[in-house]
Amino acid sequence: MAGYSEAVMEHFKNPRNVGRIQNADGIGEVGNPVCGDMMTITIKIKEDRIEDIKFETFGCGAAIAVSSMVTEMAKGKTLEEALQITNTSVAAELGGLPRNKLHCSNLGADALRKAITNYYDWKEGRVKETRGGKVEPLEKHDEGRCYCPYCQLELPEEAPYCTNCGKPTVK
Amino acid sequence: MEKTIYLDSISATPLHPEVRKVMIEYLEKGFGNPISQHRVGDEASGALEAARAEVAALINASPQEIVFTSGGTESINHAIKGVAFAMAEKGKHIVTSNIEHQAVLRSLRSLKKLGYHLTSVPVDEYGLVDPKAIEKAMTGETILVSIQHANNEIGTIEPIAEIGKITRKRGTLFHTDAVASTGVVPVDVEAMGVDLLSLAANQFGGPSGVGALYIRSKTKIVPLLDGGIQENNLRAGTQNMLGIVGMGKAAELAREEMATRTKDLLQLKKAFTERLMSIDEVVLNGHPTRCLPNLISCSVKYVEGESMVLMLDEEGICVSTRSACATGSLRASHVLISIGLDYMTTQGTLIFSFSMNNTLEEIDLAFAALKRSVEFLRKISPLYQKGKGGR
Repeated sequence: MAGYSEAVMEHFKNPRNVGRIQNADGIGEVGNPVCGDMMTITIKIKEDRIEDIKFETFGCGAAIAVSSMVTEMAKGKTLEEALQITNTSVAAELGGLPRNKLHCSNLGADALRKAITNYYDWKEGRVKETRGGKVEPLEKHDEGRCYCPYCQLELPEEAPYCTNCGKPTVK
Repeated sequence: MEKTIYLDSISATPLHPEVRKVMIEYLEKGFGNPISQHRVGDEASGALEAARAEVAALINASPQEIVFTSGGTESINHAIKGVAFAMAEKGKHIVTSNIEHQAVLRSLRSLKKLGYHLTSVPVDEYGLVDPKAIEKAMTGETILVSIQHANNEIGTIEPIAEIGKITRKRGTLFHTDAVASTGVVPVDVEAMGVDLLSLAANQFGGPSGVGALYIRSKTKIVPLLDGGIQENNLRAGTQNMLGIVGMGKAAELAREEMATRTKDLLQLKKAFTERLMSIDEVVLNGHPTRCLPNLISCSVKYVEGESMVLMLDEEGICVSTRSACATGSLRASHVLISIGLDYMTTQGTLIFSFSMNNTLEEIDLAFAALKRSVEFLRKISPLYQKGKGGR
């Protein structure tokens, strides 16, 4: 259904590594409820390896499947190996995604990368404690054009309302 | 394979068995072109005009005021563009509302590119339009007001008769998108004071791909489709006879059975609404009383719509959502934003819509499945915990 592969449906119905690690070594948060997708990944590091990894996702079937798959791909890997995981490789492991869901695969790889970056920042003293980078919805937007803050999707048509501030654009 | 429980009638109602019967009969015997001048053509035109009379009776119009189309969207396009082009000398201003169907909004957008001007009137938190706001928006250049009768996402029914009085007084043409309401609630073009009305068969037990446009006699309008003289020179092309025959029967049944249907649908709606309110952090949208009897718009906080639709589908339950990911538009529903929902809540909105085929038992099963899905998805959601103040 919905053009999803068996692998996607399997990861959706039985997601792996759901949850949030308390006292995580790294937190990565991406996405925006404006678009309907948001993901948080937490990691525990031991000797430069991802000993444990968990995810929480607000999103569609593809988003949940991607989150589950990316944690499965990253668990047990060294940080260097984990940084090699891309949205393309995640989508490929899932047997592909429908075209309009490819942006969901960005979420997974980006959240993982953010979590790892967050860990490095903490380890190298750039931040005092592990804090996920919060994605804030844009307060302003360019006159006449609307962008999705996560996907950077430009909305070319004149929308009847702005997806960022919700004010009607049709006067 | 588990039993299918279909709760998405707003997308298309199941075909009424008597409608299926007449369509199968027509498939077996009918094929003629109503315009032909021989006996086979006569049979076809007989069937055509019988269906036309039924559709007219459904909305208290005269048969000659009914034009058959390929569905609600074509009717809406024809009404809006046909009037806009016919009345261009008089003015180029059109008044509408923020929560109209995309067929209305995009038709208007196309007209904007051709130099027409729009005023889109906002709605309150129930989705209701204020007739006074419409009156205020109208100018000497206004040639058309287009306001939907009932909204297909939240079910709110607009005060069409009140607006009709205003447009009558000002001598401005008034179109209503009655696709979600015709055949479901009483629709009377005289009482409403409308000049144009769009309707579709698959909202009241008829097949998809066929509808009608009511055009009050003497209304200035140009055709959308040019060609032959069919439909009183207003809509060229040989008619979709199979669809029309089905629509005629569906219209007849809708008119006869409307009172009992409404009573039964309201019972289902009440039962489901009560159950929904037992789930925490759930919001119902639309007006509590001035709304369709067969539709519930329900926002489940902290969970996204398509993931719920998918989980319910796994258990055989069919519902719809307008979440950004589900519609593929990557945008929140303009209807839900207009009634003041925050973005996150709009993404978790499900639309349950019933038909005469649904039973209370199905409602119970669907609700149980929904509860399970919500529990499962909220465990995965980063927002549920945050929303509850934990962490």
